[in-house]
Formats: sequence, structure tokens, C-alpha cells
Amino acid sequence: MSVATRMAPATLGLGTLVVVGAALEALIRGGAINRYIVPLPSQVLLAFERIVVEENVVHRFLLTTAETLVAGALITIVGVALGLLLNRVHLLRAACETWVAAFASAPIVLMYPLFLVIFGRSAVTIVMMGFVAALPPVILKTLEGLAATRSVLVNVGRSFNLTPAQMFWKIMLPAALPTMFVGLRLGLIFAMINIVGVEFLINFGGLGQLINELAERYDLPGTYAAIGFVVLVSVLFFYVTERIERWLRPA
Amino acid sequence: MTIGPVVGAGFGRVTVVRVAIILVLLAAWEALARSGLLFRDVVPTLSAIARAFVTLLLQPDFYTNLGWTVGEIALALLVGGVSGLLVGLLLGGSRLLGRAFEPYLYYLGPTPKIIFFPVMIMWFGVGPTSKVALGALSCFFPIALSTAAGMRQIDAVLIRVGRSFRATTSEMVTKIYLPAMREPIVNGVRLGLGVAMIATLLAETKLSNRGIGYLIIQAYSTFDMPRMYAVLIALFALAIAANALIGRFSAYRASRFR
Repeated sequence: MSVATRMAPATLGLGTLVVVGAALEALIRGGAINRYIVPLPSQVLLAFERIVVEENVVHRFLLTTAETLVAGALITIVGVALGLLLNRVHLLRAACETWVAAFASAPIVLMYPLFLVIFGRSAVTIVMMGFVAALPPVILKTLEGLAATRSVLVNVGRSFNLTPAQMFWKIMLPAALPTMFVGLRLGLIFAMINIVGVEFLINFGGLGQLINELAERYDLPGTYAAIGFVVLVSVLFFYVTERIERWLRPA
Repeated sequence: MTIGPVVGAGFGRVTVVRVAIILVLLAAWEALARSGLLFRDVVPTLSAIARAFVTLLLQPDFYTNLGWTVGEIALALLVGGVSGLLVGLLLGGSRLLGRAFEPYLYYLGPTPKIIFFPVMIMWFGVGPTSKVALGALSCFFPIALSTAAGMRQIDAVLIRVGRSFRATTSEMVTKIYLPAMREPIVNGVRLGLGVAMIATLLAETKLSNRGIGYLIIQAYSTFDMPRMYAVLIALFALAIAANALIGRFSAYRASRFR
């Protein structure tokens, strides 16, 4: 396959983006699209620098990242522990697994006003919301990973007379780790989405609040640029966690 | 290791454990509510929540707001679903288009859609249309990606059979592609319904004067905690039921066509 053939899809994708941007610019300048509803793409690009310099984006980014990491640490500790518990006590698993799955499909983030009442308008509300919304996939994937450990590995462990603790650390955990990481990655993505969303909704904290503030000031290029920045951060986050997952997964 | 044998052997024991867990949780809740450890009404007593729940279900206002929310979600699913399906068919049917544009959809899919709400308000106003638009935007991605992936999984023999019968493009879509992609499409719709529901309801809590999201934020503003719990319980029950219904439907269809 020639380089030109290989590059064709990427060129088409990027080219279409540039053409759409240029067409929008022309339509807005020509008055076909109201510039008080859709700002000029060139203004949005310029606003990127402004929001980075004037709106303290780096600090906000670090704040949102820190909240996501704290929620991530909580889902890892609590989610994996609950997964282990359900895997160990079969009766509890039979009783609760469908509940956890149902919980995973419920719109948990709608509980944010409740969390506001309990924890106040603070970072704790945001972190707790991210934690609760991201917990079910971690529990379910931990269970799935542990349950799918190949019986031949378990039998090898038994033939070596491993203690339950050795069995867990040497056999079960390494075998379940790739699937568990799928759950952790899903959990981290859920946590990040919910954290940015709640920041926006309660107008508090990092990147989500920035979008809300700029929109309330009716700073259109700034709002679009801030949304673009959050989308870029989300994409980067998704990409990095995906690379780590691939690295962890056996070939 | 499966839970099948455990459930089969000890269905009675499982029910007992479930009932015991529910009773322990309810007792703990009631104890916390009566302990005075938290501010009054943050954790209302079970009787207060039950009263609020019954009152909520008896109010015509609840059903009017539920109707608005269900209508917005249904419209969002229709708009986002049809556009997602068309884009998915296009991307799944062409190798070049798929490789050019699918990465954008794949990476934009998991971004938080609620941040687009200010843009939706500017484009569609503060009424229900902006909520529908946000819901449609949310469900577009999972449906488009599932459809594109489903299209690529179609057995090549089926496509060759269609072509050998000289089927037109529309006949290929309706007689070959769509029936062969039933499962991925239903999965996409299921995922899409979940995210459309969340986006629409969140948008209602941010800026609205109708819908279930509005009822939740109204209860918060007036600090009517029992009512907030009642609305949340009703909402969770409806959301889980809707999800289970689609799951049942897809399982039933799959078993019928197998």
C-alpha cells in the first residue's frame, strides 16, 4: 500500500474539518449565519490563547484532573473490594449482581442535587458524584475478571498447595488484572464525564465551571473555545487510558 | 464460575439474602434519620419519603412533567437515532469514509455532552427543543458507532446474495443490511437511550420550567427533601424498567429469529 493510499483517510478527515471551518467562516462573514449565535471559527481559535492566559485554564485543568484522580482512587479501592467480596461470597453475588447491573443503567448523576444538600457546594460533592456514578462498572468488571480465571491456573495453584492469600496474589489477581483494568478505565471515563458535568451544573470547580461562566458572560468565542478545550482534554484522557489498557492486555 | 448453579440451587436462600439486605438498609436509613447526626430532613424518615412518593404519584402535575420528559427523550432518540443510523450505514459501508471519520466519532463519543448545553440554548432557545437537541447529540454517537461496526460484521455471503439478485441500494439496506444488523443496532439504541435520558434530564435541571429534571431541581430549591427522594426513586424505577424492556425486547427478537 503506497503512502498516498495510507494517508488518504486521514487527509480526507482533516481536510473535511478545514473545509467545514472555512465554509462556516465565509457563511458567518457573509451574514448567512448569525455571528451572535455562531462565532467566527477564527475568533474561536484566537480565544483559545485568551482563555489559557486570562481564565486560568491550567489551574482549572489540574483541579478537574485532581478531582478525577481522587474519584478514580476511590472507585479502585471500593469497587475492587466490593468485586472481591461478591466473588468470594457466592450467595451475596447471586443476590446482588443484578442490582449492581441495574444501578449501572440508572441515571445516577441526577442525584447531584441530593449530594449538594449532603456535602454542600464543594469539591466533595463533585468527587462523590464522580465516584458513585463510576462505581458499578468497576465492580462488574472485577467480578467478571475474577470469575473468568482459567481453571487450569487455579488447579496449578492448588497442586502447589497455595494458601488462599497466595492463591489470590499469585493466580487470581494477575489473571483478572486486564479485565479489571477495562472496568477501571470505564470507571475513570465515567468519573471524568460526571465530574466535568457536575462542575458545569453547579457552577463550581474546574473546567466545567469555566464553560458555565463564559456562557453566562455571553462570551461566545470563549465558550466555544472552552468547550473545544474540554473536548480535547476528554479525547486525550480517553486515548491515554486506551493505550495503557492495550499495554496491559496480553497479546 | 457462573451464578447459574447458585441461583438454581438456592433460589430461596438468595431471596432471603435479598430481603435481609433490603431490611438492613432500610433499618440503617431509619436509624440515621432519627439519630440527628445529619441536618434535619437531609435523610428523611422512611414514612416521610413514602408519604411524599404516594403524594407525587397522585399529583396530575407529575404525569404532565413525566410526559414532557418522555416526549423529549423519545424525540431525541428519534432524531439522534435516525441520523446515527444513516451516518453509521455510510461509514460502515465505505472503507475510506469509515477510516476518515470514525476515529472522530470514536473519540468524541465519551466526552461530557452536557457542556454543549449553552450552545444548544443559543441555537434552539430555552424551551424543550434545546433539551431534545442535547439528547439527540448524546445518542447519535453510540448509535452511529454500533451501526458502523454492525455493518462491517455482516456475512459477506448475504451481501453477495443481495447483489446477485441485483437488489437496489434501498433494497440492500432494508432487506440485507438492517435485518443482519439487528443486534448491534438494538445495542446502540439501548446505549443511546441511556445517554439521551441523562442528557435530557440534566439539561432540565440546569434550565427548564417543565419535566422530571425540573421537578428534582424545584424540590432542591424549596428544600423539600422527601419529595426529591420520591422523584428520584420514581425516575430510577422508570429508567431501569425502560432499560430492562429494551433488553427483553432484543433477547425476544434474537430468540425468534435464531
